[in-house]
Amino acid sequence: MTRPLQVTIRINGSDYTREVEPRLLLSDFIRHEAGLTGTHVGCEHGVCGACTIRLDGAPVRSCLVFAVQAQGHDVRTVESLGEPGSLSVLQQAFRDAHGLQCGYCTPGILMTVSAFLEENADPSEEAVRHALSGNLCRCTGYQGIVDAVLLAARRMRGA
Amino acid sequence: METRQIGRPVTRNEDPRLLTGRALFVDDVELPGLLHAAFLRSPHARARILSIDTAAAKARAGVVAVITAEDLGDYWQPGPLLVPPPPIKGMTFRQRCQVPLAKGEVRHVGEPVVMVVAESRYVAEDAVGDIEVEYEALPPVIALEAALSPESPRVHADLPDNIAAEVRQTKGDYAAARAKAAHIIRRRFTYDRGASNPMETRGIVADWDHKAEKLTVWDTTQAPVFIRNGLAAMLGLSERQVRVVAPFIGGGFGPKMMMFYPEEVLVPWIALRLDRPVKWIEDRLEHFCATTQERSQIHEAELALDGAGKILGVRDAFLMDTGAYNPYGLTVPLNSQCTLLNCYDVPAYDSTFRAIYTNRTLVTPYRGAGRQHGIFVMERLLDAAARELGLDRAEIRRRNLIPASAFPYHNEVIYQDFAPLTYDSGNYAPILDKALDAIGHAGFAAEKAAARAEGRHLGLGIVCYVEGTGIGPYEGARVRVQASGKVTMATGVGTQGQGHFTAFAQVVAEQLGVDVRDVEVTTGDTDVFDWGAGTFASRGAVVTGSAAHGAAVEVRAKILRTAAEHFECAEADLVVEGGAVSLAGVPEKRITLGALAGLANPMRGAVKPGTVPGLEATSYFGPQMGATAAGAHAMVIEVDPRTMQIRVLRYVVVHDCGTVLNPLILAGQVQGGVAQGIGNAFFEQLAWTEDGQLLNASLADYLLPTALDVPRMDVLHTETPSPLNPLGTKGAGEGGAIPVGALYAQAIEDALDLPARGIEIAEIPLSPSRLWEICNPSA
Repeated sequence: MTRPLQVTIRINGSDYTREVEPRLLLSDFIRHEAGLTGTHVGCEHGVCGACTIRLDGAPVRSCLVFAVQAQGHDVRTVESLGEPGSLSVLQQAFRDAHGLQCGYCTPGILMTVSAFLEENADPSEEAVRHALSGNLCRCTGYQGIVDAVLLAARRMRGA
Repeated sequence: METRQIGRPVTRNEDPRLLTGRALFVDDVELPGLLHAAFLRSPHARARILSIDTAAAKARAGVVAVITAEDLGDYWQPGPLLVPPPPIKGMTFRQRCQVPLAKGEVRHVGEPVVMVVAESRYVAEDAVGDIEVEYEALPPVIALEAALSPESPRVHADLPDNIAAEVRQTKGDYAAARAKAAHIIRRRFTYDRGASNPMETRGIVADWDHKAEKLTVWDTTQAPVFIRNGLAAMLGLSERQVRVVAPFIGGGFGPKMMMFYPEEVLVPWIALRLDRPVKWIEDRLEHFCATTQERSQIHEAELALDGAGKILGVRDAFLMDTGAYNPYGLTVPLNSQCTLLNCYDVPAYDSTFRAIYTNRTLVTPYRGAGRQHGIFVMERLLDAAARELGLDRAEIRRRNLIPASAFPYHNEVIYQDFAPLTYDSGNYAPILDKALDAIGHAGFAAEKAAARAEGRHLGLGIVCYVEGTGIGPYEGARVRVQASGKVTMATGVGTQGQGHFTAFAQVVAEQLGVDVRDVEVTTGDTDVFDWGAGTFASRGAVVTGSAAHGAAVEVRAKILRTAAEHFECAEADLVVEGGAVSLAGVPEKRITLGALAGLANPMRGAVKPGTVPGLEATSYFGPQMGATAAGAHAMVIEVDPRTMQIRVLRYVVVHDCGTVLNPLILAGQVQGGVAQGIGNAFFEQLAWTEDGQLLNASLADYLLPTALDVPRMDVLHTETPSPLNPLGTKGAGEGGAIPVGALYAQAIEDALDLPARGIEIAEIPLSPSRLWEICNPSA
């Protein structure tokens, strides 16, 4: 065990300052230090994508980053996207297209897709599937997710 | 019924919470003073424990408790037998259930040996590394057939051999059928293990409130009521003192139905002892060895047919790997044995299975729960028969389908619900026709030839299946209209993504004339509802749905009675819709359900004898037997004969699960099932060494299908209602996964013209490399 370090991370616009061990994962910091439990942990070895967050805008697996590495950086999690009573366009599309079942992988998928759609306003189904290929879902067979992303893109374009 | 809610593609009530990260999962539970558990697990498949030294672990700063089997005292007991064997004559059944912590001998890699509790999960895991266990490694039992040899080591030294169970079931006279057969098809099939891998691993949090003398347990279980009752008994508490909450669960698929996992026994116990809340969350590596798995079976099967391709009988003998312990009894092999008969008229059947103890992770039901093995065997036998008789694959199936006039159809073998397997209703020929039509069967020969001319290898698959669903014992539901006008519905089953908050709300809303959004469903909280069995065997919609229907019908009757008294009119003159009751044709005579609920909760003075307050009712539903769903899957694939990579070009599902409650949710269940079936057929294989070590215990090495691997599917339906429940519905949770192995095998054979080369596919799972080996036997 190494001496705790003080770290300040901005998450969804608020600064969280904590004393943490250097080995503390960013995913654990977000969930258990900041108390933002919308970010889920599925494998802790960087494969499943459930813990995906946006780090300075880029989709990143928070289980592969130490909290101390995020010092001074900007983190956004699923809690930043919308509220239950006012879902974002992306979240609403997931509801309308049945893009989730158990909902465990969903926050990570939303964070991956939110970044993807910023750079791909009118993606093909193939491109959407590639974008999703780093996020595992065990419930849906992906069809509802793919449809949700295409629907969100269409709505965002105003088409 | 004023407004139809059943059958509408209503978007889900639970989604806003899940989409915004507000839904509570077990690992989201944070409590003051929370401790964290970690487990030292056996690195050996079979070994004697010579000594355990926990001194260094106990000395580590932040460690609160280190517990071995010895420390458990009388609390150390083998787990309960969950499903006793059904009454089948002449069967052998030898129960050995899992233990909380290994004592004396470890029986599979991952079996817990020591529990550590510490101030953080990081420290708990550090302390696990401090523990020294001296093992004497023993030769393990791994391969099924070798396990039967008299020289084999034994998983349980007190048993005479490794046989956990032996069951023979028959229908008709197979020997006579065989004697008059024109064709006998005989094959050996193997079907290997897989892991369920829900995205949320298992977890449990236990909190003892010593002032209230109440234990609260958040558990990723599919059966919260059983867990509550079991924990109360084990811990010497009254049932009132234990609350089990199965909040949002991140996928279940069967293994979260297993009871009791060692961690479920230990975490509540240590929380009570320490008087502090304790959390344990399984990591993915643990999931691969400590959460139950399913599937190794080896079949020797024989099909007898007449000259026209009509089935005269089937004989099958199979071995089934049950793992190191057998708490789930015979559920999986009985499913295989019964489901083999599929949707066909089979006059004679002679089937024997032996369940074998091995030094591998326990086997309990995982989506399909053995049904896919039976379907694989029958469908593969029919494919071979079609070739021998020169019949089209679809034609041999059509000739053997149970005709619509033959229902209820009696299979005369005992099913997992202890009832003789009877198909309640069905109309199979239209399912097959619809699938053939949708996949383009009629034009496929030309399509295949045209592709082959371009050097491309296309293959078509078409297989049929049945799924026994909606079995007992029973579930219950309580429905209440609140003074706000909103409706609550509670049930004991847990939910793992099946849309219960919506489908049950639809059933209730249909009766009460309210908006589906105004029905608030509670599942999996024993303080709210504590009767029932759990979410398994594709039974939620059927059994809980029927209970919800029954309760809603009773509440509707109360609404009409109360409103009729209020308006001094006949019940027949009332209309229930839009969250209110009104007098037909007199819209100003209207009272909201909320106001009516107030009237039904009488204050002083006006209470008549026998009055039961509230617009509330509780109802239970226990089906006499399961409802049998059916379907057909068809696909067209392209195989690259050099790399053996497969691309699915078209995939069609035709499914009949009786009345459809919500087509949106149903399509999702089917698509998700197919995706797991595809994983099982072509991606997922647990690779074990001969000494029982799992080589691919990570998601980087054990491949779950991604969005690039699962094709778009057309999901089509036929609706043959079940006569066994008031909704006419049948289960749909597992059907998608059941026929996929058989479908892949057949389509691959077709694409590569393997039978013409004397090659057949007789095993699942496949993979590009395994397929290459099969296709190049001399290489």
